Amino acid sequence: MSEEIILDIKDLKTSFELDDFEVKAVDGVSFKLPKGKTIGIVGESGSGKSITALSILRLLEKPGRIKGGEINFKGEDLTKMSDKRIRDIRGNEISMIFQEPMTSLNPVYTVGQQIRETLKVHQGLGKESGTKKGVELLKLVGIPSPEQRINQYPHELSGGMRQRVMIAMALACNPDLLIADEPTTALDVTIQAQILELINDLQKDLGMSVLMITHDMGVVAETCDYVAVMYGGKVVEYQDVKSLFKNPKHPYTVGLLNSIPRHDIDVEELEPIKGNVPNASEMPKGCRFAPRCPFATDLCVEELPTLDEQSDGGEVRCWIYTDRWNGDPEVKVNAKERTT
Amino acid sequence: MFQFIVRRLIQLIPVLLGVTILVFSLMHLSPGNPAHIIAGENAPASTVEQIENRLGLNDPIITQYFRFVKDAALLDFGNSWRTSLPVSSELWPKFWVTFELSIYSTIFSIFLGLFAGIISAVRQYSFADISIMLVALFGLSMPNFWLGLMLMQWFSIQLGWLPPTGWGTPQQIILPVITLGTMGAAVIARMTRSSMLDVISQDYIRTARAKGLKEKVVIYRHALKNALIPVVTVVGLQFGSLLAGSVLTESVFAINGMGKLIVDRILARDFPVVQASVLIIAVVFVFVNLIVDISYKFLNKRIKLD
Ligand SMILES: Nc1ncnc2c1ncn2[C@@H]1O[C@H](COP(=O)(O)OP(=O)(O)OP(=O)(O)O)[C@@H](O)[C@H]1O
Ligand code: SF4
Ligand SMILES: [Mg+2]
Repeated sequence: MSEEIILDIKDLKTSFELDDFEVKAVDGVSFKLPKGKTIGIVGESGSGKSITALSILRLLEKPGRIKGGEINFKGEDLTKMSDKRIRDIRGNEISMIFQEPMTSLNPVYTVGQQIRETLKVHQGLGKESGTKKGVELLKLVGIPSPEQRINQYPHELSGGMRQRVMIAMALACNPDLLIADEPTTALDVTIQAQILELINDLQKDLGMSVLMITHDMGVVAETCDYVAVMYGGKVVEYQDVKSLFKNPKHPYTVGLLNSIPRHDIDVEELEPIKGNVPNASEMPKGCRFAPRCPFATDLCVEELPTLDEQSDGGEVRCWIYTDRWNGDPEVKVNAKERTT
Repeated sequence: MFQFIVRRLIQLIPVLLGVTILVFSLMHLSPGNPAHIIAGENAPASTVEQIENRLGLNDPIITQYFRFVKDAALLDFGNSWRTSLPVSSELWPKFWVTFELSIYSTIFSIFLGLFAGIISAVRQYSFADISIMLVALFGLSMPNFWLGLMLMQWFSIQLGWLPPTGWGTPQQIILPVITLGTMGAAVIARMTRSSMLDVISQDYIRTARAKGLKEKVVIYRHALKNALIPVVTVVGLQFGSLLAGSVLTESVFAINGMGKLIVDRILARDFPVVQASVLIIAVVFVFVNLIVDISYKFLNKRIKLD
């Protein structure tokens, strides 16, 4: 990857410090996002995707706290900057849209009031120019009769419309990076497709970089250039999207891909991953995935593998891809094929 | 909005009629012949009869009721049975004293309660929060006449800063307002805190922060307006209990208001004055509730107009 990197996260650690113990929700996450590209963060519920995203904009709720690592955005470390500087970046250079369109807009203010607010803080636009820009933005995200909609309250709009408003609001200041935390999960399938297409188109037109959080491999296939697969607060695999679907390396990624319906495979072969994501407060000390991994060995249970770059440029955190692998040699042979 | 207000005003008519029926029955169900009370224990039968005729006490009850409503609508409540003065002229000066006391106390409760509640919520579990909630609990459980006596003891008698009795000058207003307003402030502070805490954890607050707004703007523009919705209801109810609480406060500070008047005249069985006082309090209460409804509607755009 020789492109310009807009977001470079290194060894990010975010914890919730409760009275008697610490929940390590994000535990050493690293990945890079090249400018103008989309990275997908995938993983089952509770793997730390949202907390990673919230850490970027420092929007964590108490008692959540970034405990270590760097989040470099255009050369500045977001974790170290002043509150004032991060406020200038929020909604301006980095915008975020959330999973819950029904509750993410303030019910007591009109759509227009809420969009104008962003334009006012970051661009100093007054009521009149703000309204004009607001109407343009609503038109851009495909809201019919924007002149009327802008004066409506959120409860007068459907879920899909509200998510469009959220997107319009996020785009108000032409951000360099858009973080979308499961933007379509709460919507009907048809609306889901429309919203994803909208984000895709806007990204191309505006040249934004996008961080797309999802647990849906279908969404990844449609929208992403790169993928970071998360498990138990760690990145277990980082790949460009083509290699990921063609040559998934980590046993967890393979499991995720096997658990989605595909046209080219017989439905009967569909097998969800057995077991559950471990609770963030009682993580296994070795490989986080060991309790559910069909190939797990003593080594896996005892020691945590590192995230290592492979010969094809992807990165994977699994003992199979190391010299120390002491399990079934057959597995190792299959693995070799995947990295070349 | 205008339509909404007009409709609410029309809806008040049956409520107000109900109030007049209750108040009217109060006099007619209570034992004793009014004419006897007016004329005195030993008055001759002819005098009593004369009074009965003058007051129309022998007319059918319905006629009497309509006469009462008609007169009341014109703010004519007849004459006192004790002093023979028109009830209105006795009542209005005292009504204003009590009204002022209630309004000032309400304003005091709202400002102190909101301020304390917001601080508590924003700094949940901090020293400030815990202290405020302790004081609020204290304010809530303390009978207001006792608080009044303590304040008077300390600020008037020990320190000599403020006059112990009376009403009118700014110095005289301070202690009664604190006495009467403290409980309301405590209730509002607790309500504001819990309502703010609820709102602060909502998704739209995170959205507001994600837009790059200052924390102050997030709290006061985005959170407070939502948090006020349940608080407004409490303020309305609080005003009702203020009118009742003022009776005690007025006795403690020897304020010549409606509370004192009502107590005196109940003991003296001066029904026209009692009747008029109760009616006025009920009407004020009904209108305060109307104002609460309107502000509720104003704050919460999700309420349908009908
Ligand atoms: N407020 C909190 N207090 C304590 N622990 C928390 C809190 N929020 C999140 N966590 C922990 O952080 C872990 C990761 O949460 P996160 O919201 O990032 O998951 P996610 O990958 O976004 O899942 P989902 O797909 O359900 O959104 C959770 O397992 C949870 O234990
Ligand atoms: S390290 Fe071991 S347990 Fe973990 S994914 Fe690889 S093979 Fe499975
Ligand atoms: Mg999430």
